[in-house]
Amino acid sequence: MIEIGLGHYLTLGAIIFTIGIVGIFLNRKNIIVILMSIELILLAVNINLVSFSIYLNDLSGQVFTLFILTVAAAEAAIGLAIIVVYYRNSGTIRVEEIDKLKG
Amino acid sequence: MEILIIALPLLASIISGFFGKLIGDRNSEIVTSLFVVISAILSAIVFYEVTFNGYQENIVIATWINSGSLDVNWSMKIDSLSAVMLVVVTSVSALVHIYSIGYMSHDPHKPRFMAYLSLFTFAMLMLVTSDNFLQLFFGWEGVGLCSYFLIGFWFKKDSANSAAMKAFLVNRVGDFGFALGIFLIFYLFGTVNYSEVFQLIPTIKEKEIIFLGLNINVIDLICLLLFVGAMGKSAQIFLHTWLPDAMEGPTPVSALIHAATMVTAGVFLVVRCSPIYEYSELALNVITIVGMSTAFFAASVALVQTDIKKIIAYSTCSQLGYMFFATGVGAYNVAMFHLFTHAFFKALLFLGSGSVIHAFKDEQNINNMGGVYKKLPYTYVLMIIGTLALTGFPFLSGFYSKDAIIEFAYLRGNTSGYYASGIGIVTAFFTSVYSWRLIFKTFHGKFNNKLIKIEETHESPLVMLIPLVILSIGAVFAGFFFKELFIGKEGINSFWNDSILFLEPLSTEHPPFWFLILTPVLVIISIPISYYLFVKNKDLPRRIVEINQPLYQFLLNKWYFDELYEKIFILPSKKLGLFLWKFFDIKLIDGFGPDGIAGLIKKFSLKANKFQSGFIYQYAFVMLLGFSALLTFLIIK
Repeated sequence: MIEIGLGHYLTLGAIIFTIGIVGIFLNRKNIIVILMSIELILLAVNINLVSFSIYLNDLSGQVFTLFILTVAAAEAAIGLAIIVVYYRNSGTIRVEEIDKLKG
Repeated sequence: MEILIIALPLLASIISGFFGKLIGDRNSEIVTSLFVVISAILSAIVFYEVTFNGYQENIVIATWINSGSLDVNWSMKIDSLSAVMLVVVTSVSALVHIYSIGYMSHDPHKPRFMAYLSLFTFAMLMLVTSDNFLQLFFGWEGVGLCSYFLIGFWFKKDSANSAAMKAFLVNRVGDFGFALGIFLIFYLFGTVNYSEVFQLIPTIKEKEIIFLGLNINVIDLICLLLFVGAMGKSAQIFLHTWLPDAMEGPTPVSALIHAATMVTAGVFLVVRCSPIYEYSELALNVITIVGMSTAFFAASVALVQTDIKKIIAYSTCSQLGYMFFATGVGAYNVAMFHLFTHAFFKALLFLGSGSVIHAFKDEQNINNMGGVYKKLPYTYVLMIIGTLALTGFPFLSGFYSKDAIIEFAYLRGNTSGYYASGIGIVTAFFTSVYSWRLIFKTFHGKFNNKLIKIEETHESPLVMLIPLVILSIGAVFAGFFFKELFIGKEGINSFWNDSILFLEPLSTEHPPFWFLILTPVLVIISIPISYYLFVKNKDLPRRIVEINQPLYQFLLNKWYFDELYEKIFILPSKKLGLFLWKFFDIKLIDGFGPDGIAGLIKKFSLKANKFQSGFIYQYAFVMLLGFSALLTFLIIK
């Protein structure tokens, strides 16, 4: 039985962060997946914050985590609302078909 | 009053040119003709004053350029030389203005035509009354410009356009030399005023300058450069090619510009600069040679031409040659005399031929004419008078002036003088033959025109005939009346004063009697000869042509000058132009310049376009890459 230390937590955070990043640009299907990926990135950051907070014995990291969770929830709400409106206007939320930025 | 002489034609030109539509065709004809007639009357008064009261004046109208040591005025220099030119220019111009009312009656652009004629008169007057080389140059270019406008007046005809361009370009060659001459004068003396330059000329007699790697006496160089300009304007051999082509213009234009006034500007220039030319033996000899070559060349070509106006154009060329070799042998006053009489009878011949062309409804080939002397009695008689005067029939004006030239050339006593007088006599004979050929082919023999019937040919209206009558009076009497004044012993002292410089006084001896009557006799016997050749026995000329086919072709093709120039100058410059256009312009400048850069940008932006896919995930990826790169960079640093 190995003792789970800071390194493991950071590795987990890094893995989740990478999954989030890769999820953003490999995903071709659904905007909601992008929102989820962003959520994953935020969670990875949270894991890092909590790990370091315990490692350094400093509570302020955990306080920040709570802030971030709140903001993430708000962001998810706004993001979903935008997606709903977008769907209503263009009839699709498939990432492949959203290319209005094309010059 | 003197200023009015110049100002009126300019005013007339402005009125007719800018307000022609407003005031109507008839009014612009009246305004321009009236103003130029007034100007002619005033000129006659000035001429009278100069002749009998010794009036001389240098009127400064305004300052033109005052920069550093260059000080140039708009001015009117009135002396005997410019007074003669004033009379010639304004009187011929006035008559041509009136004649044009009739000749151009079917043309839709009358105001424009009249405006050009008046503008030309103005420029010519600026040229002859200038007191410095710069204003002379202004007038010089002004008349060239108007000549271009008027040759190309019927701009819908391609041949007229190319003739106008040819006249302009050939004149540029001459003007290049002329401008260099003026530069040299300014470089040497720091002034372009006649009087100052002429005073300083004796001080640089020995001075030499390096030009094109040669050591040349500066006076010789100035004279030769100015003469190149004179050659261009006066259509002397090598630069003569534009004059026959200039006959594409309306006939009144040919009479005014290409016979009486503009083409004599070169002679005027040489005479005006006599204080310079007198010091240059070399330049005078060159002028003599060029003049006599031109006289002979043009007369020989005129023998075989078939276009009525081209015959007279070559005749003009030939007579200008006479004037030049008169100046070349130092008889400037005789050159001016011939210029004076020539203006009358040559304008008469041109306007008369215009009347014939008008009668034949724009037919110019003399082979398609003939037999109309009863239908055109007035034109016939007037043309005969013009021809007699031109050929130097005794006691008409050409007799006095042309024979005087030949005599003075003989009296010069040097080799070039003897040559010139010999060629002058031969040319006089040629002149007589081709002039009578023109008359006989046009008015005698069978009626040869297939396009119109003989009944349809008609005499010209009075408005065209009256100027002809006035000119014919000049052609008959100008020589007799003004002989003493221009070339008599009195005239040299009292009339010309210091407007012409004779370094050594002209010889006052008389050539031997046989020499004196040689030319008139030749001229007179050429009349029956031509009658026999061109009316009685038409087979003879045809047989002569057949036997001498190469010579005939040589003359018919004008000594192949045009073909030669085509080969030497036109084709290479065309090729060079094509090369510069196709390779230099399109490939090099455009290829690397505008087109190249534009193409490059287009290529890059097409590439960059691919980045702008519009897919958010790609943008995010690029952002991430950039962010990582930045981070890596910061960490490594």
